Amino acid sequence: MKKRLLLSTILSLAVAFPALAANPQPGEELAENQVYTYRILDAIKSMDPQISTDVEGSDVLRSIFEGLYNEDGDGNLVPGVALSHDLSEDKLVYTFHLRPESKWSNGDPVTAQNFVDSWKRLADPATASEYAWYLELGHVVNAAAITAGTTPVDELGVKAIDDHTFEVTLDAPVPYFPKMLTHTSVFPINKAVIDKFGADWTKPENMVGNGAYSLKEHILGEKVVMVRNPAYWDDAHTVIGEVNAITINDENVALTRYDAGELDQTDVPTGQYPALKEARPDEASSTPYSCSYTYIINLTEKGNPALQDVNVRKALSYAVDRQILVDKVLQAGQGTAYNWTHSAVNGFTMPEIDYAKWTQDERDAKAAELLTAAGFGTDNPLKIQLNYNTSEGHKKIAEAIAAMWKQKLGVELTLNNMEWKVHTDKMQTQDFEMGRYAWCGDYNEASTYLGLFTTTSGNNNGKYSNAEYDKLLEESSTAADPNVNYTAAEQFLANDMPIIPIYHYTKVRMNKTDIRGLPMNNVQQTWYAKDLYRVKQ
Amino acid sequence: MTSFIFKRLLEAIPTMLLLIIISFLLMHAAPGGPFTSEKAVPAQVLANMNAKYGLDQPLWRQVANYVWGVVAHFDFGPSFIYKDRTVNEVIAQGFPVTLQYGLASFVIAVVIGVTLGVVAALKHNTGIDYAAVATATAAHAMPNFVLAPLLVLVFTLWLGWLPGGGWEGGEMKYMVMPVIALSTSFMASIARITRSSMLEVLHSNFIRTAVAKGLPMRKVILKHALKPALMPVISYLGPAFVTMITGSVIVDMYFSTGGIGRSFVDAALNRDYSVMLGVTILVGALTILFNLVVDILYAWIDPRIRY
Repeated sequence: MKKRLLLSTILSLAVAFPALAANPQPGEELAENQVYTYRILDAIKSMDPQISTDVEGSDVLRSIFEGLYNEDGDGNLVPGVALSHDLSEDKLVYTFHLRPESKWSNGDPVTAQNFVDSWKRLADPATASEYAWYLELGHVVNAAAITAGTTPVDELGVKAIDDHTFEVTLDAPVPYFPKMLTHTSVFPINKAVIDKFGADWTKPENMVGNGAYSLKEHILGEKVVMVRNPAYWDDAHTVIGEVNAITINDENVALTRYDAGELDQTDVPTGQYPALKEARPDEASSTPYSCSYTYIINLTEKGNPALQDVNVRKALSYAVDRQILVDKVLQAGQGTAYNWTHSAVNGFTMPEIDYAKWTQDERDAKAAELLTAAGFGTDNPLKIQLNYNTSEGHKKIAEAIAAMWKQKLGVELTLNNMEWKVHTDKMQTQDFEMGRYAWCGDYNEASTYLGLFTTTSGNNNGKYSNAEYDKLLEESSTAADPNVNYTAAEQFLANDMPIIPIYHYTKVRMNKTDIRGLPMNNVQQTWYAKDLYRVKQ
Repeated sequence: MTSFIFKRLLEAIPTMLLLIIISFLLMHAAPGGPFTSEKAVPAQVLANMNAKYGLDQPLWRQVANYVWGVVAHFDFGPSFIYKDRTVNEVIAQGFPVTLQYGLASFVIAVVIGVTLGVVAALKHNTGIDYAAVATATAAHAMPNFVLAPLLVLVFTLWLGWLPGGGWEGGEMKYMVMPVIALSTSFMASIARITRSSMLEVLHSNFIRTAVAKGLPMRKVILKHALKPALMPVISYLGPAFVTMITGSVIVDMYFSTGGIGRSFVDAALNRDYSVMLGVTILVGALTILFNLVVDILYAWIDPRIRY
């Protein structure tokens, strides 16, 4: 027996239907030019929702497709193809009620079967999706076994009850499950189109989507052009007529082109935010972005023996003056980090970390004391190797930290910069002592961060292992309020110091002032072109 | 001559095979693979991807399959990173772009470079010579990664004459800055080589004879001096031509042209084995071809050379 448990957020937003669209305020007059052009760093790797993995690709795919839910400017869920869902009492069965008027760009109705097809496709080993693990993360029944090839694809825990009712069965409660549904890998597909065109289905002339825009052109390294999809259910409330994503690798050239009026949005080059913010406060913005920057310590026997001592790790962490790094090196409103989870993640209560509350002088004194007690000093300096991937930004941070450690603790830090793939490979094979690392949340909930340091996590490069930590994370899935567990888990990281948290990211951008509807408080930086509009100035 | 060309083309086959095999092994020797990412992919997922792209096979079979695909079907395989595309598609999209701006750059670099070099040599140690040498040196000293953003600043932001990037199928206004950025340093090299070689020729006995027997200077230059003076320039132009038409990572990066130069570097950094091999083969084949063209040109210019 199922009890209808409508999630309050969904309910309130479903009532405020139509959910979200370009929503000009009284007094705002729309401009004639409704073309939106923004800069992307790299070519989009794939237009296939189940294959795409990169952030910029996701930004494009959210315009061409629509998943069960979308996000608003604050990161809350709002109806997409799903109007609402019911959750069974045991929290294992989700029943999504789909919007009957949702259509594909070729006129076909969007049905529950489209989701069944896409989810099976994601898990299917034949698809070889890099994000196949996403369904396993969501505990969808049989997802892991299907990806491993031991169970037929048809046994995935998804079902089309009727055209507009989509049912998903999980093998364990997952509190963040609805939040996972804004990810592109679980967007629907029109299987008939894929069957017809095969690998060529993502070519602009073949592609069929259910989003507000259709793909018009995709030229590697040059641009992506999207135009309005008149079949989209909320096309009447969509304002931007054409969206262009221009590949510009160099951020300074991108800024020049933004200044020349060729772009409506671009990223602020490193170090230029303070000046730009002062000169053009309405255009330059720095908003929290769900990524966290850290140095991971290798706790296996392949690591540095001295770093196996928790007090040495603590000393190193304490002696990092994060305020200086944020103010003088990064200079773009980043947050000092004494914990792992980004402070702006939805629902997350920041832990009360002891050393976060000390002054830097107190931290330095404690650091010196701990390191001396561990047997290191000027006559016996601690020697550490730090690996990072080649980048001006990583280098500056590493040099600053090396100077802090040298000055305060006499630590001799050797900096090893290496090519990106080499660095990643070394991290994943525990061939390092201390390594630079950053993680961006897959969804807006703390488990996307904290799950990383569980014993079995594939991303736990330093091989930190603490049974109590694991237990907290495991129990979080059934807890009434998982955030209590998350905050407690952070305490373990502060006590065991397997990582040295450094800063929490911000997204630093220039936006033309006539573009409205940009989400400024969504820590996932999820945005939808359909919500934007340009006003007359 | 025909047998010479035939022989050279035959020689190209083992050269290309060796190129493929060495590139293949070197790529696989580099740490990390196409699917290595900061978000570690679970072992099972990685195994599925490796199986799909044939990376689970022994290396010798991968090489054999690859070579067979290329030889039998002219199929360079799928891109490992741009998963919607085949290598053929990546090259078919990017190569025409670089070919177009590369050819234009080549013509401009040769015409201006040779003219500058000849004029400088003829007006040796005069103000014109110094000006030409200074121009060439300045052009050579200006790396294109400095020149490219400068051009955007001047022509796009300050003057507003040209779009700051893009290609749009090769419209003239999109081609101007890439061509300037690419041709400048080549033009400088050509000018310097032409000048020194021309100077050497002008001081040789047969030119002195030609002048002494009363030939007009124009005829001496065009009929007697220019051809031998161009020999070193031509040996430089063969590889330079290939470099230019296969594009420049700097041009593609700064001007969003979508050319093949950028794909090559990206492929190496991303371990996109198939794209990297595809572009390597393209560059290798063109290099062999144009070295042959240079040799043929030699024979045409210098009657003493016979194959």
